[in-house]
Amino acid sequence: MSGASAVPATAAPAAASAPPTADRWYPLRRLAEALLAPLLALVAAAALFSVFLLFLGQSPLEFVELVWRGAFGSWFSIQNTVQRAAPLLLTALCVALPGQLGLVIIGGEAAVVLGGLMATVAALPLVNTGPWVVVPVMAIAGAAMGAFWIGISGWLRAKLNVNETIASLVLAYIGLALFNHFVEGVLRDPASLNKPSTYGIGEQNMLDLVPWLEIHPGLPVGILACVAAWILIYRTSLGFASRVTGGNLRAAMLQGLPVTRLILLACALGGACAGLAGAIQVAAEFGRANASLNAGYGYTGILIAFLARFNPLAILPMALLLGGLDAAGGLLQRRMDLPDATILVLQGMIFVMILASDTLYGRIRWFQPRGGA
Amino acid sequence: MSDSLATVLLAMLAGSLRVSTPFLFVSIGECLTEKSGRINLGNEGVLVLGAMVAYATSYETGSPWIGVLAAAFAGLLLGALHGAVCSLARVNDVAMGIAIMLAGTGIAFFFGKPYIQPSAPLLPGIPFGWWSGSSQVQNALLVCPLFLLGIAAAIGLHWCFNATRVGLRIRIVGDSQDAALALGLPIDRIRFLATACGSALAGIGGAFLSLYYPGSWNEGLSSGQGLMAVALVVFARWNPIYCIYASLLFGAAGALGPSLQTVGITWGYYLFYAAPYIVTLVVLIITARGGRSLAGMPGQLSIGR
Repeated sequence: MSGASAVPATAAPAAASAPPTADRWYPLRRLAEALLAPLLALVAAAALFSVFLLFLGQSPLEFVELVWRGAFGSWFSIQNTVQRAAPLLLTALCVALPGQLGLVIIGGEAAVVLGGLMATVAALPLVNTGPWVVVPVMAIAGAAMGAFWIGISGWLRAKLNVNETIASLVLAYIGLALFNHFVEGVLRDPASLNKPSTYGIGEQNMLDLVPWLEIHPGLPVGILACVAAWILIYRTSLGFASRVTGGNLRAAMLQGLPVTRLILLACALGGACAGLAGAIQVAAEFGRANASLNAGYGYTGILIAFLARFNPLAILPMALLLGGLDAAGGLLQRRMDLPDATILVLQGMIFVMILASDTLYGRIRWFQPRGGA
Repeated sequence: MSDSLATVLLAMLAGSLRVSTPFLFVSIGECLTEKSGRINLGNEGVLVLGAMVAYATSYETGSPWIGVLAAAFAGLLLGALHGAVCSLARVNDVAMGIAIMLAGTGIAFFFGKPYIQPSAPLLPGIPFGWWSGSSQVQNALLVCPLFLLGIAAAIGLHWCFNATRVGLRIRIVGDSQDAALALGLPIDRIRFLATACGSALAGIGGAFLSLYYPGSWNEGLSSGQGLMAVALVVFARWNPIYCIYASLLFGAAGALGPSLQTVGITWGYYLFYAAPYIVTLVVLIITARGGRSLAGMPGQLSIGR
């Protein structure tokens, strides 16, 4: 069950006689440790899932082969993977940015749907002005709505000391109820019978696929957002202050860091990313707001952020991995007769293992600083 | 007008008695876990898994009561997983709960697929409304035995916390790790057992969902009751008896929308659907106002920080 923790601690002899200089290789070993632990967790989850498949009389090798084929095997499947990964990049940031401050925000789903709804509402009066007006307005409206919605959780945390995890989740349900109320009420296009939807933003205003590559337009936006977030976190004093706060709240307060403002900012930025994801989904895929927005991107984003240990650059491969698993779901269903919940089981196993692997940090001596560092 | 008001109130009472039972079981389970100083958001997954296992077992064996037992056992296993992994150093119990939620839901959906169609034998209700001629009243007072079992469990847990050695140990471990260490209590083992038993109770709550009300298994069965129970425990100040009242209140809030629908008020159906969540949020805000030293809060709880 906790296979990852059974790794023998390779206790290297402590360099007792080391000169009192800084340990030059420590940053590299720290990086290796940060890579090793999630890798071991992924291996352990894969092993566990293989046992699960064998128990069902299915072949793990066939599973891997089908996932590879369904996710990355052809340009078509890569397009499919990217289409699913693009919103995940942004929703993972909704967890990773507040995560720098030690906050666990799990309400990104509501920011996605409300962001998509607000983007649609903002676009409706402008339908005839052309995409160069509509698309930026949608992006701003979606991001602002997301920032507001996650910002509420941050405000409750910073000002009233309400636990942000539960608050954001409860707000997610409230946000979904609001979304349904509007989509099935005032904003409903009477022509949408089976699937209640708002009025459309107009074919001419929708985002095209990225030219030449023919991939989802959310991908470049998501990559830019992840790189920007990485710079913000690791290369600015604002990011440093956030990481200090996440490491030790009291020390940060003692230093006079603006903890309240940092919390509000991180939550608002994270929410803006998730809201933008909703706006992009509407602008690029649906053309209107409806229940398709509520596809669990917010929840998968949580898993990706934890897999990436809240590092925005690590979010890129992890989002592709999970987007790929999702994209392969249909193929798995057809070829191996596995229900779509199979991916959910695998995700659950990965998540449990990744969190369990947190216990490895600091356990293996070889990775620790030596000498007079 | 007063007639329709009576209808709404009666429907809310009926709804409250029904909707509150899963809240009751998950909240006393969560209360037990939190008293030992750990939080388990995974009870949402336990609820869904419990519902599936109960329904499947009831269908296969023909006895809903075996289904209830099986749900409790499934909850016990999932809670044991949470308890075991959380006792490793540096593992964040809040995040782990989300992982358990995902895993439990995934397993339930995976194995539950074949049971969406067939109908399993359900739990019988106890007719407390026999004295009334009105079929509405009779219907409202048809109480599930699990509801009574839940109240008994809450009272039993309250007694356990306040009058037994086991309860005292759980409270010590939850309130002060230092004191527990000084007394030589097996901290990890106590927390592990409290988490597993708490999840077993939550599993019974899931059995209620699939075997009594709404009384079928499908993938949208739980609407976050397992997570709302965490807020409910805060509201109940970690007191199992107050958990009963809090569950009834949440149940009534959940029954608001459907009750209004019975008298023809359909406007804002989805907004009324959000009522229990709004209650949860208000409760969180009110109880958090006092700052860190919340009365009754176990000292080692990570959400207290």
